[in-house]
Amino acid sequence: MAQLFHRGANNIAKASLVIAVLLAGVAFYAYTQLARSSYLTGRYLEKQQPVQFSHKHHVGDDGIDCRYCHTSVETSASAGIPPTQTCMNCHNQLYADQEYLEPVRASYRDNKPIKWERVHDLPGYAYFNHSIHVAKGVGCSTCHGQIDNMPAVYQENTLQMEWCLSCHRQPEDFIRPKSEIYNMQWKDSNLTAEQRLKLKADYKIRSKELLTSCSTCHR
Amino acid sequence: MSKLINQSSKLRMSKKLIYSLLIAAFCISAIGCRYDMQDQPRYKPFKESDFFSDEKAMRDLPENTVARGNLRENKAFYTGKKENADPNVQVETTMDEDGNTVVSSFPNAIEEFPIPVTKELLDRGEQRYKIFCMVCHGPVGAGDGMIVRRGYPKPSTYHNDRLRNAPVGHFYDVITNGWGKMNGYASQIPVADRWAIVAYIRALQISQDPNSKMTMDKSSTDSAGNTDNKDNADNAETEKDSDKAESSENKDADGGEK
Ligand code: HEC
Ligand code: HEC
Ligand code: HEC
Ligand code: HEC
Ligand code: HEC
Ligand code: HEC
Repeated sequence: MAQLFHRGANNIAKASLVIAVLLAGVAFYAYTQLARSSYLTGRYLEKQQPVQFSHKHHVGDDGIDCRYCHTSVETSASAGIPPTQTCMNCHNQLYADQEYLEPVRASYRDNKPIKWERVHDLPGYAYFNHSIHVAKGVGCSTCHGQIDNMPAVYQENTLQMEWCLSCHRQPEDFIRPKSEIYNMQWKDSNLTAEQRLKLKADYKIRSKELLTSCSTCHR
Repeated sequence: MSKLINQSSKLRMSKKLIYSLLIAAFCISAIGCRYDMQDQPRYKPFKESDFFSDEKAMRDLPENTVARGNLRENKAFYTGKKENADPNVQVETTMDEDGNTVVSSFPNAIEEFPIPVTKELLDRGEQRYKIFCMVCHGPVGAGDGMIVRRGYPKPSTYHNDRLRNAPVGHFYDVITNGWGKMNGYASQIPVADRWAIVAYIRALQISQDPNSKMTMDKSSTDSAGNTDNKDNADNAETEKDSDKAESSENKDADGGEK
């Protein structure tokens, strides 16, 4: 019988092994990148809201504190989205006849909540709580970015497990004094390493083992 | 004999097939499950509901019911009104040139704080005032906040004789139920915080009035209470100098301590 493969086929066979490994590597890399991409995590995506509410104007330009609207951020798991009545505190007088505020007034008239689109949304099997993070010196901007510069809110971080863990492994790199929690301009470089460790002790932050154990966030 | 063996092996074959089909079905359904775990059929805060007619997953309290621990028997604390308040009492109401409501007598409002005025209460009050009131009333209560500069009607200053003489119960009532053009803040500010804000406004009034004979609280004018007021007065004075809503925001939280 004539030879099916000529001699060079041996090299091709060897090379194809290497190529297969390389391809698998590339595919795996592509997968990890895809999993972290904004397409799958929703990072940086702005949502179309029923009202063009702008944090840039309300927080950045007018200096309204986060807690004026997100009243429960210090006391409960959810930060809270303000009821229409909160908007009407100001907009009963301010721009009270502008077209773009009509959905707000309609909601107030008919006692129907405005249907805001959620921007940040953890899956149902993950547990998150705002009050503990705020109480232990993690500022809003560490997780949400510079909200005061956002005409429309977007997700600054991936909100994936690896992101939560990157902080839970060494929270001292990200904490700040209590008075700066709502300061959107705060830089992590404002404190020295010793000051951070002292803060960590003052806040009585628990061990890395406890903070990264599965049942902390999956309960 | 050979026929029998053949049959049992056939049976084994089809069993295998059924098992592998079952496993395949399980794997496929497991893929589907992932989505269910992401969006579990339970209500999270602020989610929409397709069950209740008002489409809110978070339920309001039914009318005329009292939640446990919310009986609110302590009338002075929860309403700022006297025990024997007369709901039909007539007071003279006028308008000033800014269109603000002016009332000078408050027969129903309590005169004394229903809780002890401490340094902690004043600090809390300062913090809460800066969150909820400063945007309109300005850092020292002159009525020049950022929202007013953006076109909101100007409220009157806290530093006139009418409001200096107004009882604390009146301020509590304004925060709780609103006043003229100002909406009430009952849904945003818990009761204890409202009293803290009232205490801080009193401290502001004392600090802005050089020959003030006012004291914080008739029942707690011990030496400790007085030094507290003084500390806060100094604090407010520095704020006035800077005269900017923004600068006072960045102020250190305990800048009042000397
Ligand atoms: C005047 C009221 C107001 C103030 C002040 C305010 N917010 Fe908001 N915030 C809203 C409203 C209304 C929404 C929902 C609409 C949207 O997503 O834009 C919202 C949405 C958000 C969201 C996204 C929620 C989601 O859907 O996932 C974040 C994060 C947020 N705010 C953070 C902040 C921070 C941080 C501050 C302080 C720097 C702040 N907000 C101040 C009213 C306010
Ligand atoms: C404390 C006062 C205050 C509250 C509360 C408030 N606003 Fe505003 N709003 C303003 C001011 C002041 C402006 C003008 C902003 C500017 O030009 O700097 C404004 C402007 C707007 C605009 C016009 C577009 C823009 O950003 O300039 C929209 C829309 C709006 N607000 C929606 C809302 C909604 C929705 C809420 C409730 C979640 C709300 N506002 C609560 C004070 C307020
Ligand atoms: C440790 C990170 C972290 C910090 C710090 C943080 N947030 Fe959030 N925030 C989140 C996550 C994660 C979600 C999504 C929660 C969910 O989907 O259940 C979220 C959601 C929100 C929402 C949407 C409503 C809700 O509660 O689900 C608002 C509003 C908000 N944050 C405001 C704030 C404000 C204001 C601060 C500062 C006081 C703050 N956050 C600090 C991580 C953080
Ligand atoms: C920037 C830092 C940081 C990030 C990011 C962060 N955390 Fe935390 N988290 C902390 C700190 C600090 C504590 C307080 C630890 C303590 O009290 O010992 C904490 C505590 C918690 C707790 C409470 C633990 C308990 O036993 O009560 C939960 C739950 C939690 N985090 C969930 C999350 C989740 C879920 C995410 C991601 C969406 C996240 N955190 C992201 C810093 C962070
Ligand atoms: C700091 C909080 C935190 C801790 C601790 C934690 N997780 Fe998670 N985990 C999360 C969050 C948040 C998500 C959702 C991520 C997302 O939406 O992509 C998640 C997702 C997952 C998923 C699903 C992943 C996917 O892509 O669907 C698994 C599986 C998981 N975690 C297992 C674990 C195990 C096992 C441990 C303990 C070793 C653990 N987690 C500890 C926060 C945490
Ligand atoms: C959105 C702007 C705004 C905010 C925020 C606001 N106020 Fe007012 N306030 C006003 C206006 C306008 C008036 C004048 C109302 C009138 O007379 O029609 C007023 C009046 C008052 C008065 C005077 C009552 C009288 O007898 O003349 C007091 C006291 C007061 N506010 C306290 C507060 C306190 C305390 C807060 C914080 C919890 C607060 N306000 C927040 C706008 C505001």
